[in-house]
Amino acid sequence: MKRYDLIVVGAGPAGLSAAAEAASLGLGVALFDENARPGGQLFKQIHKFFGSREHKAKMRGIAIGAELLAEARGLGVEVFLDSPVAGLYENRELLVRRGDGVRHYKADAIVVATGASENMLAFEGWTLPGVMGAGAAQTMMNLNRVRPGNRALMLGSGNVGLVVGFQLLQAGCGLAAVVDAAPHIGGYGVHAAKLARTGVPFFPSHTVLRAEGTDRVTGAVIGRVDTDWNVVPGSEKSFAVDTICVAVGLSPSAGLLKMAGCRMRAEGPGEVPERDDDGETSLGGVFVAGDVSGIEEASAAMIEGRLSGLAAAAKLGFVGGEALENRREGLRSALGSLRDGMFTPKNRGKIPASTSEGLPVSESLLTNGYLGDSEAGRYPGVKSAPGVHPVLECAQNIPCNPCRDACPKGCIRVEGKIIALPEFVPGSGCSGCGMCVASCSGQAIFLVNEDIGDGKAAVTIPYEFLPLPAKGQTGTALGRSGAPLCPAEVAEVRLIGAYDHTALMTFTVPREFAMTARFWKSEVAR
Amino acid sequence: MIGEDPVRILSHPILGEAEPRRRLTFTLDGKEMSGLEGEPIAAALRAAGVMVHRYTKKLQKPRGVFCAIGRCTDCVMTVNGRPNVRTCVTPLEEGMTVKTQRGAGG
Repeated sequence: MKRYDLIVVGAGPAGLSAAAEAASLGLGVALFDENARPGGQLFKQIHKFFGSREHKAKMRGIAIGAELLAEARGLGVEVFLDSPVAGLYENRELLVRRGDGVRHYKADAIVVATGASENMLAFEGWTLPGVMGAGAAQTMMNLNRVRPGNRALMLGSGNVGLVVGFQLLQAGCGLAAVVDAAPHIGGYGVHAAKLARTGVPFFPSHTVLRAEGTDRVTGAVIGRVDTDWNVVPGSEKSFAVDTICVAVGLSPSAGLLKMAGCRMRAEGPGEVPERDDDGETSLGGVFVAGDVSGIEEASAAMIEGRLSGLAAAAKLGFVGGEALENRREGLRSALGSLRDGMFTPKNRGKIPASTSEGLPVSESLLTNGYLGDSEAGRYPGVKSAPGVHPVLECAQNIPCNPCRDACPKGCIRVEGKIIALPEFVPGSGCSGCGMCVASCSGQAIFLVNEDIGDGKAAVTIPYEFLPLPAKGQTGTALGRSGAPLCPAEVAEVRLIGAYDHTALMTFTVPREFAMTARFWKSEVAR
Repeated sequence: MIGEDPVRILSHPILGEAEPRRRLTFTLDGKEMSGLEGEPIAAALRAAGVMVHRYTKKLQKPRGVFCAIGRCTDCVMTVNGRPNVRTCVTPLEEGMTVKTQRGAGG
């Protein structure tokens, strides 16, 4: 038997953070993970994260994973891969499968950070090859670099469905539609808008009826549901797709805890371990952090990990007094700011009528996936101004503010809480540097020059697709809905290191489209 | 035809260019195939256009990659004579014998 001060189960964002926090306070830490690679799902998350600087906002998941892993290893955390924890017993003893054998470990404290698994949906044909979890598609394309298919249908419009939908487009897989049985899009409006402007349609109040095909998926049929969830006869729509991705939520992977007799409580459709503010469960000295303790974003999981690592260190006497209080206070405050806004866990399933600024929420964003052209001007980031200026199409209170920090000229104000809608401050001297555009994890910031002469306007959009267009290339400008608006010529494509793989693509359009043209495609509309 | 296009992602706007990797040969149901060193068997099969990994025991229904992280066991195949190998988390090796599994294999 081998002993450690702390054993962490699961090397995802929560587990790595817990291990690093505890090791930084002097604990001897072992970290076990069943996978061949550490990082949990972080190394598949190629999108930029939300939050504030302290939450590693605007960094991509892959970079955060690399940073956390380096931190943990640098602090002396022993990381054991291919090491599934098979059992958790009294007095914090663990059995771990390693190689062909089973080894016995004991720790003074344990953090269980085993994450979550995808929920599934049973429908006719759901077992056909080509139907897969959205996470499976993400693994295939971002880790294995193999496209799951050539044209996909996404079931579920939560952030997982929206983010993976966009990643499918980035991988060169078409996305036929995003379908959700709920009447409203579940995830962030900015994630939906990224898809909508490329022409992906949303079908809220629709459910999948069947997957078609004999040996593999060749199509999908959906139908509209009424308020009692019955399919409306005659509302069926067919799609020729070879892939159906299921993104209908996650459930905590709490098997290890349940097996050990941890007290659980009901939450949503499943159950989560009972725990105190620091993550300690009913099994004394056994803490939880991340999705296993309740489904949230990875940003929250990382702070929960830090909190549980800190609490374990405090329990074992490695930290105390003011140092403990200050650190805990800082972490709790960082977690609190992430749990604020329209999408906070306590608001799950509810749609507020107005933003915290008192502005009516965009109904079009919630049902069509894009801001209506007549609604956009309602929000404080969308204003007309002379010269080049940012247009911040941020219409929901989500915890995020990197745009404010990105602007060297003070053109962008996010006052008070980080969930406040960003406001464009006219007259503050935008230089068109584009840092705000690249910093926006929701790709909701555009640079617009409403009059560049000759009756033309210039629109700069974030562009994360290949191939990058060439200067002088003519294509078509698309509106927020993805509808073609007018011919548009590429004026400039910028991609510098500070943009972190988000290219800034500027195209010119007739002036009347300055405030509506929001995407560009190389196809020339007839 | 859907699925017969090359599905490897060689250039990616965020991940960049794919690093060159050694090609490994293996057999699927006796037919010679190839994949890349370091990738799971399932990735090599998907890249080669193979979708069906096994047929179920009672109804002989096809199954393929479903979770891709070793959880669901839908993608199991008979590898080097051993049935029920999770192909999504088992690295491809030179000379592997992979067989479409029928039922519980064996």
